[in-house]
Amino acid sequence: MPEPAIHVRGLTRTFTLAKGPVHAVRGIDLTVRRGEILGFLGPNGAGKTTTVRMLTTLLPPSGGHAEVAGHDLLADPAGVRRRIGYVAQSGGLDPACGVREELITQGRLHRLTRGQAGERAEELARDLALVELMERPTVALSGGQRRRLEIALGLVNRPEVLFLDEPSTGLDPGSRAELWELVRRVRAVHGTTVFLTTHYLDEADALADRIVVVDGGAVVAEGTPAELKSRHTGDPAASLQDAFLAITGRATAGEPLSI
Amino acid sequence: MTLLTDTGIIFGRYLRATLRSRTSLLFGMLQPLLFLALFGPLLTGFDLGVGGSSWQALVPGVLVQLALLGGSFVGLGLLVERNLGVIDRMRVTPVSPLALLLGRTLRDVVQLLVQSILLVGLGVAFGLRAPLGGIVLGLLFVAVLAAALSALSYGLAMNVGTPPEFAAIANTAAMPLMLLSGLLLPMSLAPGWLDAASRVVPLRYTVDAVRQVFQGHYANATVLTGAAVTVALAAACVFGGARLFSRTRA
Ligand SMILES: Nc1ncnc2c1ncn2[C@@H]1O[C@H](COP(=O)(O)OP(=O)(O)OP(=O)(O)O)[C@@H](O)[C@H]1O
Ligand SMILES: [Mg+2]
Repeated sequence: MPEPAIHVRGLTRTFTLAKGPVHAVRGIDLTVRRGEILGFLGPNGAGKTTTVRMLTTLLPPSGGHAEVAGHDLLADPAGVRRRIGYVAQSGGLDPACGVREELITQGRLHRLTRGQAGERAEELARDLALVELMERPTVALSGGQRRRLEIALGLVNRPEVLFLDEPSTGLDPGSRAELWELVRRVRAVHGTTVFLTTHYLDEADALADRIVVVDGGAVVAEGTPAELKSRHTGDPAASLQDAFLAITGRATAGEPLSI
Repeated sequence: MTLLTDTGIIFGRYLRATLRSRTSLLFGMLQPLLFLALFGPLLTGFDLGVGGSSWQALVPGVLVQLALLGGSFVGLGLLVERNLGVIDRMRVTPVSPLALLLGRTLRDVVQLLVQSILLVGLGVAFGLRAPLGGIVLGLLFVAVLAAALSALSYGLAMNVGTPPEFAAIANTAAMPLMLLSGLLLPMSLAPGWLDAASRVVPLRYTVDAVRQVFQGHYANATVLTGAAVTVALAAACVFGGARLFSRTRA
């Protein structure tokens, strides 16, 4: 078996607050194959963003190990950062900055020369329908246009693994469909592995090859959308929503369901 | 080498942002400008006990004040960017946190130098007379001090939750520093206890030294002490700021 894109063992993260510790992630194991689109689901506060922030080197884990894009998270964070793209839940656009400038600066931060960064910006603008918007400041973009730019920024370094944290929040149905198409295309053309968190179950159903459900900081279910549906509702015609509710409604936090 | 290139990229990005919003350049200058225009004329008849004209004492104070107030609040902008996710986006690249810090700090130093040159020009219009070499040296002091305060402010901003929290801390720190270092009126006028208290504030040594170089005294003990204190402060602040900057808030 070829080396997986993401391999996580016993990952934990505890935040220390004045009131006491918050166990945001309590021992997650997961493996994502190269070229796979993984849907990472879970209710609010389940620990999705915390997990993504650890896997993108932004947050030091309290415990556990992970390899991302073939590099050890703790031993070689710079090696990981070079090979991944990250689109945060909060987006990460500077309202005062222009679209072209954001793209070029991001390329430069990934150590492209000025010329290469300029070419890469044009290329991404064509791929993500940003050509007409290149001279605008990012405040002047619509929600869908912003998302496209944020994803373009995450793709600047042609990442092996792309982390998308709730990418379709606030998008209208048309923009969401566009986003799905884009994610499929990126994977099809570049073989990119996609780690996607979302609250939209239809989105996970439409995009993800495999789904991992977390609740209370631990993995509570895992499988393809079809597997989860039949396993947790017993009804092949059920929606992923029914399966999700069955999983997170029944499971007590931290106790994995046997699946 | 990559540190220099990366710092340059970050510096360029933020410098362009500053140039786009010219208002921030001018707003930051308004307060020191008012001190020069509305407070400076009150002092012209007094002997401030530091030698030279009252302008040679006030303009250095106003420059250090600009560095102090401008520098301590730069973190506010960083905090806003952090909450927007801009900083995280830049941190998921091979660029080191130190470059992210130094690039911005450098931008602040350049902005402060431009503002300082305008203020000195204005001071000259009001009646400041100082040797050119002294002015250049004075600006160098102010630049090093500004770098120190910016770096520290950014380090703080990476470890504080909200803008109001940050503003409260920065205000609480800046106000006593300003009063205790004798920026507007030199500490030579102060009673003994206040003069003694002000000797624990590093800025006091910077402003005293700038007052000396504005009078053309370059190699006396005040200037050398000021230089040593300012450089030591900058080294400590950049080091501390970088540590705070790369630490992730828990
Ligand atoms: N910096 C922090 N300090 C303290 N607690 C935190 C911090 N960040 C997250 N938490 C807590 O950790 C838990 C997991 O949060 P996380 O943001 O990972 O959830 P999530 O699954 O992404 O939720 P959502 O769907 O709402 O985005 C929550 O209980 C949250 O309050
Ligand atoms: Mg989240």
